[in-house]
Amino acid sequence: MALAIAFYLLAAATLAAGVCVVSARNPVHSVLFLILSFFSAAGLFVLMGAEFLAMLLVVVYVGAVAVLFLFVVMMLDVDFAALRQGFARYMPIGGLVSGFLAFEMVVVATAVATRGKASVNELPMVADPNVSNAESIGRVLYTDYVYFFQAAGLVLLVAMIGAIVLTLRHKPGVRRQVIADQVARGPKTGMRITTIKPGEGIAE
Amino acid sequence: MIIGLAHYLAVAAILFTIGVFGIFVNRKNIIVILMSIELILLAVNINLVAFSVYLHDVVGQIYAMFVLTVAAAEAAVGLAILVTFFRNRGDIAVDDVSMMKG
Repeated sequence: MALAIAFYLLAAATLAAGVCVVSARNPVHSVLFLILSFFSAAGLFVLMGAEFLAMLLVVVYVGAVAVLFLFVVMMLDVDFAALRQGFARYMPIGGLVSGFLAFEMVVVATAVATRGKASVNELPMVADPNVSNAESIGRVLYTDYVYFFQAAGLVLLVAMIGAIVLTLRHKPGVRRQVIADQVARGPKTGMRITTIKPGEGIAE
Repeated sequence: MIIGLAHYLAVAAILFTIGVFGIFVNRKNIIVILMSIELILLAVNINLVAFSVYLHDVVGQIYAMFVLTVAAAEAAVGLAILVTFFRNRGDIAVDDVSMMKG
């Protein structure tokens, strides 16, 4: 019973926060509602017994992605009121399409849940008391899926390099440290001996 | 009262359609579009984890981890493109992006 109450509370919070994300006037509020939505979804994951993914959701989404969104929203000086034009115009068609989509998906999901292969187990996976959720994931991830794991790392590396390359800009006129030039500099290029006539000094 | 697979799938389906609705109504505001995509991917993750748990197979959670990875990468690159776009145009209205005609 307590589980059911927790489920309904978390699900309601997730969905309400999701609605607020797409309908909030201020994008900063949208990001904050997005964080609430992720937290509630993490709670749902904990209810299902997937603690590791719940913690990952909090760390990755709330700690990295949402903060990135907050940075960008606050950094860009944009008139967000102008961007809301057309909200009312697209509302009916959007509501129609998404309402229909939701109906279809719920029908299919219910059918799958009652008649599919997953309906054999009425209760969720019971955690082995000797093996934590993280350990059971690790046992599969680092053996059968190790190449996929490496590929995921590669995806992150490419995304990181791509983001840096996209946003890096070289301002003209800014002197930069060129390490190759510094290393290549020897006595011949770094020093010069001149004879100075008395009373004239060096004209540079 | 037992909370079964259908409950979680229904939550995921509704969250997915909220994301689709967000893309529909915020056609000019690309930041909210990106957030809607994050909501959609979250819904997919809920689906994957729910199936993983009710099929008693941990592989679904691994797949959800990969979705999480791709979502984080997509958010980073998308926001980087957005920042570059803003620098070039001084605006982020995407309904009339005609700079990139092939």
